[in-house]
Amino acid sequence: MEPILVAKNLSKKYGKVVALDDANLELYPGEVLGVIGDNGAGKSTLIKVLCGAVIPDSGEILLDGKQVSFTSPIEARTLGIETVYQNLALSPALSITDNMFLGREIRQKGFMGKFLKFLDKKAMAEEARKRLSELGLLTIQNINQLVETLSGGQRQGVAVARATSFGTKVVIMDEPTAALGVKESRRVLELIGEVRARGIPIILISHNMPHVFEVADRIHIHRLGTRLCVIDPKKYEMSDAVAFMTGAKEAPAN
Amino acid sequence: MNKISDDISKDLKDQPKFSSDIGSKDQDHHSFELGEQTTLKKIQHFLHGNPTIVPVIILILSVIGFGFIAGGKFFSAFNLSLIVQQVTIVGILAAAQTLIILTAGIDLSVAAMMVLASVFMGKLSVEMGIPTLPAIMVGMISGVATGAFNGLLVTRLRLPPFIVTLGTWNIFFALVIFFTGSQSIRSSDIEINAPLLHFWGERINLGGFVFTYGAFLMIGIFVFLWFLLNKTAWGRHVYAIGDDKDAAELSGIRTDRMLVSIYAVAGLVVAIGAWVSIGRVGSVSPTSFYEGNLDSITAVVIGGTSLFGGRGTIIGSLFGALIVGVFSSGLSIAGLDVLWQRFALGCLIIIAVGIDQWIRKVSN
Repeated sequence: MEPILVAKNLSKKYGKVVALDDANLELYPGEVLGVIGDNGAGKSTLIKVLCGAVIPDSGEILLDGKQVSFTSPIEARTLGIETVYQNLALSPALSITDNMFLGREIRQKGFMGKFLKFLDKKAMAEEARKRLSELGLLTIQNINQLVETLSGGQRQGVAVARATSFGTKVVIMDEPTAALGVKESRRVLELIGEVRARGIPIILISHNMPHVFEVADRIHIHRLGTRLCVIDPKKYEMSDAVAFMTGAKEAPAN
Repeated sequence: MNKISDDISKDLKDQPKFSSDIGSKDQDHHSFELGEQTTLKKIQHFLHGNPTIVPVIILILSVIGFGFIAGGKFFSAFNLSLIVQQVTIVGILAAAQTLIILTAGIDLSVAAMMVLASVFMGKLSVEMGIPTLPAIMVGMISGVATGAFNGLLVTRLRLPPFIVTLGTWNIFFALVIFFTGSQSIRSSDIEINAPLLHFWGERINLGGFVFTYGAFLMIGIFVFLWFLLNKTAWGRHVYAIGDDKDAAELSGIRTDRMLVSIYAVAGLVVAIGAWVSIGRVGSVSPTSFYEGNLDSITAVVIGGTSLFGGRGTIIGSLFGALIVGVFSSGLSIAGLDVLWQRFALGCLIIIAVGIDQWIRKVSN
C-alpha cells in the first residue's frame, strides 16, 4: 500500500538550534499514526511543517504521491490536510454552525446569494447536523448553540467535525486530550476511532502514552530532530517506548 | 532527564485508572450535564444569549422613569421627536463604532473623520463651485479613505487601534483646521449654493411627531448593517475576528484584509453621517462634534457591545444612543443641571460595562 502522506528528509534550523534533522514520516491510508517524543525532540516542528505553519529549510512533502508545498495552514487545508489545533481555533462567541463553516460559508443560490451575498443558514445548519451525527455527536441539541456554552469535549468534537467535513485527506490532531477530563478524553478517543472508520487517516500527537497506545496503529518515535523508529503498539510496552524516547534503551531497527 | 521520566511514570500510573473508566463509556459519555442552575445563573445565561435585552430594558425603564419624574412634558410629541433628532448623528457614529468595537478595536477618530468629510462636501460645493453631488462623493471617498487608513495602520504596523486612532484623531482634526482656516461655512451660504447638503435635515410631520429624513436614514443604516453582520459571511467574520483573531486566521479568514475592509465600511458610514450632520447643524463648523468620538463609544457600550470584541449587536447601539438621548432629555426637563446629566451618564457607562463583565463570566 502506498502512503498517503510522506515527509522526506525534512530539515529546519532556528539559528544554531537544529529542530529537524533529516526527518522522515509516512502516513498510510486508514491508519492512526501516533507521534511521540520528548520535549524538544522536534515533534512539534515536524507537525508544524506538515500543517503549513512552518516552512522547512529543505526536504519535501508528498501528498497522494505528488509533491506539495505550502506556506500557510490555509494552503495546506485547501490541499486536504486539516489540523485540529490544541487550542482548537474555534470562535467561542459564534454558533456551532458558524464555526464549522468559518471561512467556507455556503451562500444562498441565485440573486440573494450572488449579489447580496446572503448566507444559506439552513443548508449550513443541516450539513453541520449531518456531520456531527455521523461522528456520533448529535447529543449537541441545538446546532445554533454558541460554542462557549459547550464543554471541552464537545468543542473538540466540533473542531474534529469541522476538520473532517471538507474533502479531507489527512487530519492532524495536536494534543486533543491534554485539556480534558477522563470521561471527555474517552469520548475524544472514540471520536478518533470514528474518523478512522470513515477512512480518514490521522496523525495524533500526544504526551499521553496510554491514549497513544490505545488508539494508534503505529507509533512514530521522534528523538533529536529525527525519526528514531516506528513501533507497533501491540508488540511493545509503554515503558519500552519511554525508554526509546529518552535514549535509555536501544531502539529497534526498522 | 529525571524530571521527564517522573512525568512519564506519572502518565503511566494514570493508566489503570483510565482503563477502569472504559467500562462506563456507553452509559453516559453522550450526556453533557449542565448541573443545577440557580435563578441568577439562568438570568446570566439568558442575557448572555440575548445581549440586546439589557439596553432594551434600560431604555424602557428610563422612559417610564422620566415619564414619572418629568411628566407629560417628557412624553410630548415634540420632546420625543427632539430626542430622536438629537440622537441621529451620535447614532450613525455609533453604528460605525460598533463595527470597530466588535473587532476588539476602538475608533477615537470617528467624529474627526466625519467633520473632515463634511468639510470636503461643504468646501467643494459652496466655496469652489463644484456641483453638490460630486462634492458629496468626494466626502464619501474621504470617509472610506480615512477609515481604510486607520485599518492599514492597525494591520500593517500592528499598532493597537487605540493608539492609531488617537493619532489620526489629531491628524484629521488638524486637516480640518487646515482646510477651513478655522472658518465655518455658513448655513445661509449652503442654502443658496448647495441646498442638497441640507437634504437630511428636512422634516416631515407624522401625526405630531416631527422626524428629519436623517432619522430615517439612521434607522436604514442600522437595518443595513444588521443584515450585513448577521446574514453575510463578511459579518460573521467581523465577529470571528473580534472573538479570537488567531483562530479566525487559522479558519482561513484573511484577517488583515478583513480589518481594513471593516475600517473602510465604518468610514463610509461616518461619511454618510457627515452629510446628515450638515442637515442637522445647518452649517459646517470645524469645531463641531468634538465629543462625538466618546459619545459614540458610550452609545455602543451602553448598547451591550463588549469592548473586548466579538460580542454585541448593532441594534443594541441604536438603543444605547437612544438611552443617552432619553437621559439627557429627561434630566434636563426634570430641571437638573447639565453636570448631573454627565454624572448620570458616567454611572450608566460603568454599570453597562459591569453588567457586560458579569455576563461574560458565563463562558468561563
